[in-house]
Amino acid sequence: MRLYEYESRKLVEDAGIPVTQYGFTQSAEEAARIAEDIGGPVVIKSQVLTGGRMKAGGVKFADSPTEAAEHAAAILALEINGHQPRGVLVDPKAEVKQEFYASVVWDGTAKRPMMLFSDMGGIDIEEVAETHPDHVGRGHFSNLLPLSDFQAKQTIAATGVTGRTLTRLTPIVAALARMFCERDMTLAEINPLAELADGSFVALDAHMEMEDEARPRQKSLLAKLDITEDDQRGGYEPSPFEAAVKAIDAADHRGVIQGRDTGFEGNLGLVIGAGGGSLTLTDAVRSHGGRPANYSEIGGNPSVAKACGLAKQVLGKKGVEKIAVMMSIVSNTRVDIVARGVIKACLELDKDPGETIAIFRIPGAWEEEGFKILDSYGIEYCDRSVSMHEAARRAVEKIQGAPA
Amino acid sequence: MSILIDENTTFIVQGITGREAVNLTRECLDYGSKIVGGVTPGRKGREVHGVPVFDTVAQVVEHAGGQVPDGSVVTVPPAFTRDAVFEAIEAGIGLIVIVTERIPRRDVAQMVELAELRGARIIGPNCLGLIVPGVAKMGGIGGPARNAAQAYQPGAVGVMSRSGGMTTEISSTLTAAGLGVSTAISIGGDAIIGSAYAELMPLFEADAQTEAIVIYTEPGGRMEAQLAEWVADNDSRLPIVAFMAGRFMDDEAMKGMSFGHAGTIVEGKEDTATEKIARLEAAGIPVVERIDEIPDAVKAKLAERQAA
Amino acid sequence: MSHIFIDVEVSDDVRGDAGLAKKLEEVCPVDIFADRDGSVEVVEKNVDECILCEMCVRTSPPGGVRVVKLYDDGAALER
Repeated sequence: MRLYEYESRKLVEDAGIPVTQYGFTQSAEEAARIAEDIGGPVVIKSQVLTGGRMKAGGVKFADSPTEAAEHAAAILALEINGHQPRGVLVDPKAEVKQEFYASVVWDGTAKRPMMLFSDMGGIDIEEVAETHPDHVGRGHFSNLLPLSDFQAKQTIAATGVTGRTLTRLTPIVAALARMFCERDMTLAEINPLAELADGSFVALDAHMEMEDEARPRQKSLLAKLDITEDDQRGGYEPSPFEAAVKAIDAADHRGVIQGRDTGFEGNLGLVIGAGGGSLTLTDAVRSHGGRPANYSEIGGNPSVAKACGLAKQVLGKKGVEKIAVMMSIVSNTRVDIVARGVIKACLELDKDPGETIAIFRIPGAWEEEGFKILDSYGIEYCDRSVSMHEAARRAVEKIQGAPA
Repeated sequence: MSILIDENTTFIVQGITGREAVNLTRECLDYGSKIVGGVTPGRKGREVHGVPVFDTVAQVVEHAGGQVPDGSVVTVPPAFTRDAVFEAIEAGIGLIVIVTERIPRRDVAQMVELAELRGARIIGPNCLGLIVPGVAKMGGIGGPARNAAQAYQPGAVGVMSRSGGMTTEISSTLTAAGLGVSTAISIGGDAIIGSAYAELMPLFEADAQTEAIVIYTEPGGRMEAQLAEWVADNDSRLPIVAFMAGRFMDDEAMKGMSFGHAGTIVEGKEDTATEKIARLEAAGIPVVERIDEIPDAVKAKLAERQAA
Repeated sequence: MSHIFIDVEVSDDVRGDAGLAKKLEEVCPVDIFADRDGSVEVVEKNVDECILCEMCVRTSPPGGVRVVKLYDDGAALER
C-alpha cells in the first residue's frame, strides 16, 4: 500500500528524523494561510499516488500567499496519470546545499532488509547505481537483532562521505531502517535527504509503501494517519468488474476468487485458476492469438455460488459471449463444484451452457462426477491428457475461428 | 533415494485441528507419511485421524520419549505463524514446511534468519509442501493419496515450483511421459521464501536418483538469476529445464501489477519474464513455452549429457 | 430457479423427528437442513451446494434421506 507524501512525512517525523515545517491541505485558501505562516517562498506539491508529478505540473513555486493559493487551486484540479490528487503539501522553499538519498528495501535473495544510501540525491537511484556505482552504499541488516547505528554509518561511509556529514546522517539512516521494520514497510525512501544552507539535515520528500498483509497489526498507525480499512490503494482504481468479484469473494468464506480486467480488452472470458495455472493459461490463450477479456483465479475449493458469481461477472462483461473454464490439475478445488457453478451462471443469464462454455479443462479431484455433469449439459470438456495449452487453443478456435 | 524426506521421516502438524490441516493430515497418512503428533494450543488430548494433539511442540517431543521429530508442517493463521515456526525451530526440528499465505515479509525474514542460526531449513511460506512419489509427502501437495498417486510416479526428475498447483501439473506430465519424479517441491509463491532453487540444487546434486531438474518460474524477484549464477559457478551434473508463466505481464498495460502470487510483483529491470528467460538461456537452461514440451526438452538434455 | 443439480428427499418420518432435525442441521457442512421448530426443513437455496458427503444419509435411518443427482439420471445416495 503506497502512502501519500504527507503521510510518509508524518512517519519520518515520528521516527525522529527532521522535516521542514510543512502543511497539508485540501483547500486553496488554507494553502495561502500555511504559506503565510511559513513566511517566505514556498513550494506547492500535489499529493497523488503516482510518479512524475513534477513533469505533469504538479509541483509549483510561489513567492506570496496569493500565488500559493492560485497554484494550489490549479494543482488540486489537476489529474496526473489518471490519479486525482488527495490535496496539496505546502513546504518552505529550501536553500539546499547538498542532496542525499536514503532508503530501505527488502532483498529477497539475501532475505534481509537492506539500506541504500547515495551522496547523489534528488535523482533516480537506479540511474545513479548504473552510472556511478561507487556512489551507492548498501548494507543488509538483521531483522532479529536490534539495529546498531554503526551499520548505517558503514553504509554511508562506503560512498566516501565523512566528517560532520557522516555523523549527522548516521542517526537519520539508522532511524529510517528501524522505522522500516517496526512499521512493516516494503519501501521507505527519503529523496532528497538534504543538507540545507544553515547546516541542518532534513527530509525534503519521502515515499513509503506498507505491506498490505501487515495492515491488521498496524491498525493504530493507520488510524493515526486517517487511513480507513476500505482505503485499499491498489495503485489504481479497481474497475467495476474487479470490485464486483471482490465483493462476491468477501461475502462467502469458502474458497477464493479473484478477477482483474484492467489492461484486458478482449472477447474471451476466462474463468481460470489458480495462481500459477492462471498465469500459464493466460499466456496460452494469447499464444494462440486469443484475446482475454479478463484474468481470474479460482482457488481453495470455492462454493457453487462463488464459482457461479465469478462466471456471471465474466459473462456480464461487454463483448464476452463465451467463457473458457480451465485450471491445472486440482487437488483441493473440486471439479464437480466448479462445473455446477459455471453452468448455473449460464442458466441464470439465459444462456445455453453448451454454447457459452467454449471448453472446460479442469482435471483432478472429483472429476468423474464433474464430467457427468458436463456431459448432461453438452459441454466440451477434457481431462489431464489434453494439455493446458491445447485446451486454450480449442477455446480460442471456438471464439475467433481457426487461426489463419 | 530422494531429498529432504524419505520413508523414515517423522513430522508434526502445527495447527492440526484447522479445516485444511485435518484434510492434509488425512492425505499424508494415507500416502504413507509418519505424522507423530499435532499441535493446537488448548486442544491437548484430542486426536485427528488417530494423531494425538498437544498444546506445545515440547509435549510432542516428551510424548515421543525425547525423540525430536524431523519436520513440521505449519498451517496456522498468518498472525501466529512466526511464533509457531520459532517454537518448532527452538525444539530442534530441522525441516519446516510453511503452508500459510499472506504472512508479512518481516515475519518471514525473521523465521528464515532464526532457521539459519539454528541450522534448520524452511520450505515456503505459501506452498503445498513436498512429495517423494510412492514414499511420503509432507503437505497438501498432490491432494488425496489416490490423486497424488495418479500424478506422481517415481522417476528421475526433480521438480521445483513457485506454484503449488503447477507442481502437480508438471509432475503429471513427467509421469505420463514415463520420466517420473524423484522429489517434487512446491517452494512457495512469496517474495521471500525459505528455500529458493539455487539453495536446493546442492541437495538434488547429491541425490543419485535425480538425473534432471524441471523448474516452474514466474516474473518477479531474483530467484532465477540466482539459479543462473549457481549453474555458472558449479559444474553441476544435472541438466535443468525451465517453464516460465506470466509472459503477458511484460505488456505495458500490466506494469506494476502483481498476478497469481505475491512474489510476482516486478520491481526492477531484472525480474521481467523476458529478462529472466534471457538469463536462464544464457546459463544453458532451456525455457519452454508449453508444459507439454517439458518431457521432450528433458529427454533432449539427458541425451546431450550422455553423448558428451 | 432453485436447485438444478441435486434434489434432497426426506421421508415423512424423518421430517417430523425433532432429534433428527437437530442432528441433520449439525452434520450438513453446507447447511441444507434446518431445524424448524422440531421438524426438518430443506433449505432450497443451499441444495446445489451439496458436496455428496453422505453425512445426512448416514445420520438418518434407511430410506430416511435420499440425495438425488439430477444430472446423473436420478442416481441417488441412499441407504
